[in-house]
Parts: sequence; structure tokens; C-alpha cells
Amino acid sequence: MEEKLLEINHLKSYFFTRKGVSPAVDDVSLAVPKGKIVGIVGESGCGKSMTAKSIMDLLKYPGRIVEGEILLDGKDLTKLSARERRRVRGEDVSMIFQEPMTSLNPVVKVGKQVREAILTHQKVDRAEAKRRVLEVFRQVGISEPEKRYECYPHELSGGLRQRVMIAMAMVCRPKLMIADEPTTALDVTIEAQILKLIKTLCETTGMSCLLISHNLGVIAQMCDYVYVMYAGKIVEQGDVFTLFDHPRHPYTQGLLASIIHLDEQRERLSTIPGMVPNLMHLPEGCAFCNRCGQAMDCCRTKKPELYDLGGGHAFRCFLPGESEASHA
Amino acid sequence: MREEKKVLLRCEHLVKEFPVDRKRAVHAVSDISLEIYEGECLALVGESGCGKSTLGRTLIQLHEPTSGKVFFRDAEISAMKPAQFAQYRRQMQMIFQDPYASLDPRMTVRDIIAEPLVTHKVCESKEAVTARVLELMDAVGVPREFLYRYPHQFSGGQRQRIGIARAVALNPSLVICDEPVSALDVSVQSQVLNLLKDIQANYGLTYLFISHDLSVVRFISNRVCVMFLGKICEIGDSETIYRDPVHPYTKFLMNAIPIANPHLREQEKTLLEGEIPSPIDPPKGCRFHTRCPYATDRCRAEEPALREVKGRQVACHLV
Repeated sequence: MEEKLLEINHLKSYFFTRKGVSPAVDDVSLAVPKGKIVGIVGESGCGKSMTAKSIMDLLKYPGRIVEGEILLDGKDLTKLSARERRRVRGEDVSMIFQEPMTSLNPVVKVGKQVREAILTHQKVDRAEAKRRVLEVFRQVGISEPEKRYECYPHELSGGLRQRVMIAMAMVCRPKLMIADEPTTALDVTIEAQILKLIKTLCETTGMSCLLISHNLGVIAQMCDYVYVMYAGKIVEQGDVFTLFDHPRHPYTQGLLASIIHLDEQRERLSTIPGMVPNLMHLPEGCAFCNRCGQAMDCCRTKKPELYDLGGGHAFRCFLPGESEASHA
Repeated sequence: MREEKKVLLRCEHLVKEFPVDRKRAVHAVSDISLEIYEGECLALVGESGCGKSTLGRTLIQLHEPTSGKVFFRDAEISAMKPAQFAQYRRQMQMIFQDPYASLDPRMTVRDIIAEPLVTHKVCESKEAVTARVLELMDAVGVPREFLYRYPHQFSGGQRQRIGIARAVALNPSLVICDEPVSALDVSVQSQVLNLLKDIQANYGLTYLFISHDLSVVRFISNRVCVMFLGKICEIGDSETIYRDPVHPYTKFLMNAIPIANPHLREQEKTLLEGEIPSPIDPPKGCRFHTRCPYATDRCRAEEPALREVKGRQVACHLV
């Protein structure tokens, strides 16, 4: 595989609550190669956002990283001091969030908010900082940047706010941008614009992107490599074509089967029975066994390991033999 | 074939404006006329702020129309006094988007589903109410033993099932579904969509299905009405519109959906530029002309009327 920018090994981030320990991220290993877009897909509560927050060191009490390493260019972020982490955050790694309204300060002009990112990390004067902000505004397709610089967030539409967020994330030229559901709050026509922008930025600047989404359409359009998460664990990983053409884990297969295709009229949708389990009351064996149509006795008692299929494709299931037969 | 169908709900030149100050108003619904046929599922689609929810709510008199008429089976409900309208109210129910906000957290499941039954005094005794509630819980797939639980003890999908049970409790004719699955996870979303389809068949319901998600609409609806800024762009059978969209806005909307097939991503997409104009001061002429790459001088000056093109109604000068 290509040169890795980010490598996460056996990361565990747990939440220690009064009711018990919730393993939001449970032994997750993943890699983001330089210049690529890597996707994490899963339903709410599967731990995809918590993985991102662990990288950014944004986990809030009672959550914390229990063990594992997060290597950025070979340097372990979990071993850095708070001060060093702060430098990395925003300069080397930046993040954009789902809700562009709540992520911006409503009483500060957007230009100033973006400028703050530069002033925090780099030794430049204000005039130079402003010049760079305007340049980034142009780069992310904000029309009339001088005018928008003086706007407050409420004066901008959802699409423009998300562009401001992307500008803020881009302004220090990070090596990695984490996009957590960047288009979920936006309309489809605006979503398409923002996705195209993120892709173009990655291609032109060589930046890598970790894209988190529940939308398989977004993942299919954007990513080079995909991780599927379920109940805190990665259940399947592979390059985007292999994963969509030959999904192996029953959960991935179920997700892909429930997609509605626009070119055919269907009488019924195929579904995955049941619902996402509570992380504090996971089944003893495989977390998916209660919803899985192919579960065997061993699935209920033992936790499956990742089964490597070669070529970067792997899935966490006891079924390799059977699935092989059914696919042939 | 469509001529044989009976019209359940019909509106003529419906307008709904919300005043902002003395001079200005938000033009949420501007002069819309449409018909909903008995037993069908008509979907209203469009981006946020296009007026689809307002139209749905105005149709069942949750908002008072600014002008225009609404008929329910030939009775003009928009002109009725509240007392007179009460008997029609139970014919029209609604399922809401957010299953967390639309159920009273202090009421049990029994009381939530029973509320319409009690309000409209349709059951003779408390026992009859409970029996009917249990029947409804079976119909939507909520286990009977959860009768005395509270909403916070349920997941989003189950809450939405409870909302559906409440909506069909009075055997209504028309159910307005306002983004009923957009707050749900992918795997739960398809369960609820299947349920909505079953319930429609079993109870003989007519749906007005409001959604921004064109793939969900594709699955559930027979007819689609695409809206932009308070106006209808295109309305017709789903099959016809999805196979061959005619209005430029419909085309862009369909084109913008991210397709879950990585092999199709290298296709160059033409994307819509810009954002939705303000409904306080909508553009003159065709309301879409500021974003439409094909706009001509005529589009900027003259508002297009709906007319028949290729088996559906379209409002565009260029087709």
C-alpha cells in the first residue's frame, strides 16, 4: 500500500459512565494513505465520530482513550503533551463538522474566525492573515470574499457556512482533514457542490481526507478506501470497488441491499431486522449476531477476528467458508 | 386510467404567506392547485424552504390559507367553521419528522395512541380504548408488553412506529407524512418504509408524503410533485418523472443524488450553481431562473404556467 499519513493501531476509546463502561471505539485499526480519501461508514452510535474525536483529542469526559496508538507521519499523537496536541490540531489535522451553524461562533464575523486559525498557529501579522483568508475563501468557492469576510454566520446560507468551515479547516494547509458528516444537514444540490469541493481540494493540494458518513452514496462517490463500523468495531474494510462489488460481512451486505435504486421500482425493501444494540449490553459473541440471518452457534459465544482476504480486503466474521461458497 | 380515480383532496390557487413585517411576507406557497386521488401516495419533493411542509399543513388546515380553496371530497373545508370542520379533522392525520419531539415524554404509549380515540370519543369504555390500542400496536409491530412504557425507553424507529399507530387510530382517509424517515438510520429506515406501505394497503389510506429524499420517494410514491420556492415545477406519475425528468430543476435534483455505485463516479456531473433565492423576495418570472443555466429573457419576465408535456405537467417555457 501507499505511504501512510495516518495510522491507528488498536485504538480503544471508552466512556466511563455511572451505568457502566461503554466501548465506543473498540480495538480499531485503520490507515489513511497520503493524498487519498478514506471513508468510515456506519449507523448512529457505531463509533465513527468517536474515532474522529479520538484523533483530534476532542473526547469529552467521561470518555477517554484507553489504549492504542495514533500515528501521524510516524509520530504517536497519544503520547504528546496537551500543548503539542493543540499545535497538531488545526495545523496538521483539522476537522469539519456536520452542523455548520453550531460549529461557528454566532457573534464573531466569519472572516475573523477563520483568521484566528492562522494567528493561533503561525507568526504572521493581521494584514497578511486576512490576505490568506481571502485567498482560501476564493479557493473554496465563496463568491465576493471581501464582502463575506465581514458577515456573521446567520447572514450566510447553510452551504456557505459549510464552505466557511472548510476554509477554516484548510487555512493552515493541514495534511489531513477529517470531515464528519459534512453534508448531512445540507440539501442535495448543495451537498453535491460541497462534495465536489472536498474532492477537488484533496486532488489539488495533496491533502488526505478521512470522511465519515452514514450515506453509502456519498462514500461510493468520494472514497478510495472504506471501513465499515458496527458497535465500536470495524466489521469490514476494503477498497471502494471491492467493498461495493463483493461485500462479505452480512452487515455490509444488508446495508448495501437496503439502498433504494432510482432506476427500478421495488415492491418491498430488504431490511436488516432489529436495531443497533446498546454498547453497554452487547451480545456475548459477535455484536451483530442478533440481527444476522446467517448466525451460527459460535457467533453467539465467541467474538470473531478480522479475516484477511488479501488485497486489503478483510471482514470480521466466522463465515469465510460459507460466504465463499455462496458467492461462487 | 387516472380519470376513473376519485379525488380525495383538492386545492385551487392555494396561497400561504407568513408576514415578516408590515410590508414583506414569506411567500411559502404561491398559487398552487393540485389534486390528491383516493388510495394513492403523492410525494411532495424539493429542497428545504421550498414550501412543501407548509403546503402539506395548509392542505389539512393546520395553517389557515392566505387565499385559495381546499376541498375534501367536494366539501370546502377551507371555508368551514371550526365546529363544522371537527368531523373532517379525524379524516386527516399526520406523521411527523422527529420521533423525539412528536411524542409527549410524560405520556405512556397507551395514552399517546389512545389520545385521538379519547378526543373524538370513538370508544365506549376504557377497556375498548385499550383493546384498540393493542390492536394498533400489533399492526405497527410494537410488542404488546410495552403498553405502559414511556417514549424515552424506545429507539427512534420504534417511536416512529408509535407515531404511525397514533396517526391511523381513527381510521383516517388521508395521512400526511412529513419526512417520516429522515431522522432514522439506514437499516431502520427501510423497516419503517415497508411498514408505511403495508399500513397504507391494510387501512386503505391515501398518503401525502413530504420528503427531500428522492430515493425514498421513488420507493413509496405513485405520483411526484416537485416544488421550488412555493411553486410546482413538475407533477406526474413517479415512473414517468424518474425515467425522464423534463424540468431543468428536476433534472438537476436527480443528478445531484450521490449514487451508491463507485463505478459511476467518474461520470462528469453538471451541478446546480448557487443557492435557493429568498422566499421573501422571490425572483420575477420563473422562480428558478436565477439558478437555471438555460434561462432566457422570457424566463426572467414571464412566469411559466403548468402545462402537459410528455404525460406530465411541467412549468417551464423551454420544454
